[in-house]
Amino acid sequence: MKFDSVIAANRFGLGAKPGELSTIGKNPRHWLLDQLAGPSRVTQAIADIPPTAKILVEVQRLRQMRRDAKKAETEEVAPDVVKQFRSVARKHYLQQTEARFQNAAATQFPFHDRLVHFWSNHFAISVDKQPVSALAGAFENEAIRPNLSGSFYQLLKSVEQHPAMIIYLDNQRSVGPSSVLGRRAAKRRNRQQEVGLNENLGREILELHTLGVNAGYNQDDVTALARVITGWSIGGAGERGRFAEGTPGKFEFRENIHEPGARTILGNTYRQKGLKQGEAVLQDLALNPATAQHISFKLVRHFVADNPSDDVVNSVARQYLESGGDLPTMHRAIVEAHEAWTDAHCKYKSPEDFVVSAFRAFDRVPDNGRYVVGALDLMGQTPFRPGSPAGWPDTAEHWGGADALYKRIEWANAVAKLAGPKSNPLLVGDAVLGPALGQHSRTAISRAESSVQGLTLFLTCPEFQRR
Amino acid sequence: MLNRRDILKSLGAGSIAASLPSISYANTGGDARLVLIILRGAVDGLAMVPPYGENRYSTLRGELSLTAGKTTTELLKLDAMFGLHPSMTSLFDLYRKKELLPIHAIASPYRERSHFDGQDILENGATRSSDRRDGWLNRAVAFFDSRLGSEAAIALSQNTPMVLRGANSVTSWAPSQLPDASDDTLRRIAAMYSSDEFFATRLAQALDSQRIAGASTNNEIRGRRNARAQSKTLMQAAGRFLNKTDGPRIAVIESGGWDTHANQGADRGSLASKLSALDKDIALLRTSLGDAWSKTVVTVVTEFGRTVKVNGTRGTDHGTATAALLMGGPVRGGKILSDWPGLAKRDLYEGRDLLPTTDLRSLFKGILSEHLQLPDNMLENDVFPGSRAAKPLRDIVNS
Repeated sequence: MKFDSVIAANRFGLGAKPGELSTIGKNPRHWLLDQLAGPSRVTQAIADIPPTAKILVEVQRLRQMRRDAKKAETEEVAPDVVKQFRSVARKHYLQQTEARFQNAAATQFPFHDRLVHFWSNHFAISVDKQPVSALAGAFENEAIRPNLSGSFYQLLKSVEQHPAMIIYLDNQRSVGPSSVLGRRAAKRRNRQQEVGLNENLGREILELHTLGVNAGYNQDDVTALARVITGWSIGGAGERGRFAEGTPGKFEFRENIHEPGARTILGNTYRQKGLKQGEAVLQDLALNPATAQHISFKLVRHFVADNPSDDVVNSVARQYLESGGDLPTMHRAIVEAHEAWTDAHCKYKSPEDFVVSAFRAFDRVPDNGRYVVGALDLMGQTPFRPGSPAGWPDTAEHWGGADALYKRIEWANAVAKLAGPKSNPLLVGDAVLGPALGQHSRTAISRAESSVQGLTLFLTCPEFQRR
Repeated sequence: MLNRRDILKSLGAGSIAASLPSISYANTGGDARLVLIILRGAVDGLAMVPPYGENRYSTLRGELSLTAGKTTTELLKLDAMFGLHPSMTSLFDLYRKKELLPIHAIASPYRERSHFDGQDILENGATRSSDRRDGWLNRAVAFFDSRLGSEAAIALSQNTPMVLRGANSVTSWAPSQLPDASDDTLRRIAAMYSSDEFFATRLAQALDSQRIAGASTNNEIRGRRNARAQSKTLMQAAGRFLNKTDGPRIAVIESGGWDTHANQGADRGSLASKLSALDKDIALLRTSLGDAWSKTVVTVVTEFGRTVKVNGTRGTDHGTATAALLMGGPVRGGKILSDWPGLAKRDLYEGRDLLPTTDLRSLFKGILSEHLQLPDNMLENDVFPGSRAAKPLRDIVNS
């Protein structure tokens, strides 16, 4: 079935490269399932991204210099320190973004890469907060990419213990009121700085990462979880005084700010001590039926339809729970759902989908991170910048704005000029969409006055805008 | 610049025609304009409009307090009880001209603390996020549809926020650095879209917006990529759209990054910079509206407020009631609208948040009724069904 190869390449993959449809050949499901076995090979650019700990040490040192400069008599921050911090953070952001999109444009394992992007968006961090802009791509490659062939719990734990998530949701200095430090601070008079809980990470674990909003937890559960994960922090990394211990830039459990004692969450009591307590809560959350329902719905929405039927979602959730929370089982369940194969054009592409699939269609790799950031910024999806921990929405309702379409047309027109006059638009169209390219669009493309115009028409045609 | 009517001419008829409201400039009805500014992330109302006269405020807020003597910059006093954050000097001028009306202790019917459900309810106008997927402002647009030649509402972003999504046609526009496609290419794309309504409708709307915003806008900002410049472009464009006699009556602008869990700052710091940028944006919007300011109401709202007490990381966590702002030529400002609940522990919502005493829907209903002149039955039955308990605020706008 030729149509199935088109669906495999464009819906499950990142858009066909020339020749990909024939590589997929007669057994598209096999082609997809083979990519679930383990971590995919990545391009050198991804392998070259410095580890989070190293980046954090570098940027935190600059932030500390900035704080010191602020404290000094002038109150004014030395502008060169600020500038230096910005340019270092920007350098990392561009390097990581470039690597991400080069890999997506080139990969032979596009289904695996799409899953990496999907989960990275599920556990979204956003670069509008510092110093997250220097870490977002590193986070994706360390916490998400290597953890898709095991359990959801493993993925969840890697994410919640990753320094980028801890910083993004403010957990590194969340102090238990009855912890060693909390009690000491309460006794001190004229304390310079308040210490106490920050419930941001605790709330988003329940609301966004596991159970989902309105899934039966309340404010007490949020506060209890925030207490349980006090002490989930980051070592050293330019900090001073009581937060200087530990390996700089790596996850560090700080016993002295951890709130001691048993906690009850969703009716279960957790009596474990220290780090084990939070890990036990995450383990239960991972296998909670509400979590199964929440993540299954999001996956099915991503691969089947904006408003999928309950049947598919329930079936994926059931298989997930029966497997003890196994991610490959869940991913296989989507591939095997017949609803995912009925219509070649049921999802409106996100700007990322559109840009990546255009590069793949032209068999090119973006050679400059700045270019990708500019293009996606224009279309409303600046890389790694969803603006909130909820991540990017995944529906045509969100991406289908009139102006957003106009920006796609402008960009298609510009990128078609780069792709050059030697490409034959109809051959590109056939190689990417095969039988899924309709007669109406074919005619429009074939009548174009130039190959650049033809390629613009191909990139903007309804069939290419959907997946 | 090509527009949708040119395309119609070039195509004869087709499905674009179906998406066009009947064109009649004869009776465009009221001339009122509305700008809705949504601040996403939950703005700290106790910092934007601090109740400095409340005796517990300074103690509860600690290092985030904006009380006189505690900060280097002077609090802008609105009356004996409330002030305006020191960085909002343009808004303070509006207040003195009686064109700014802050409303305090206001909240949507939502009583949990999720940003995303909170924003959905702010925008869908219902009491639960799952109740509706369309926005209250989209439902209000039905009032204009038969009378304007083009979309009555515009989102100043690439995509449409929920408050404007729904059955009624709206459009969107955002600045661009790319060169336009040629008219010939656009005409061909429009022809290609004629068999697909989703694309045909959107392209027609986008072309209309391009025409109004004018090609000059694109050129102005080419090469200027910093946030301040972009926001300037956006505010200038908003003025240009709302100035058109046949242009949109309603504009929606979004702004993110208000979720101040850590190092929020007092008169200086991260929240102060955000408020200062907002203040400058509104001043720009006022300038670019020119004479139209006299018929424009701007309202600034957010999904919920923040905790009264400072958290462990010198910020504030998700709370309940907050402040909203109403401003513009027709606004009956120069005073504060608030049934102030107080900050004593027993007066707080769940012992931690400012208690809501005004429903946000009352504010929205008041604006739609007094300013845009929507009839009551439409307001109660279509725009905010099931909201009779939330009576429209009265005497907020000169009608």
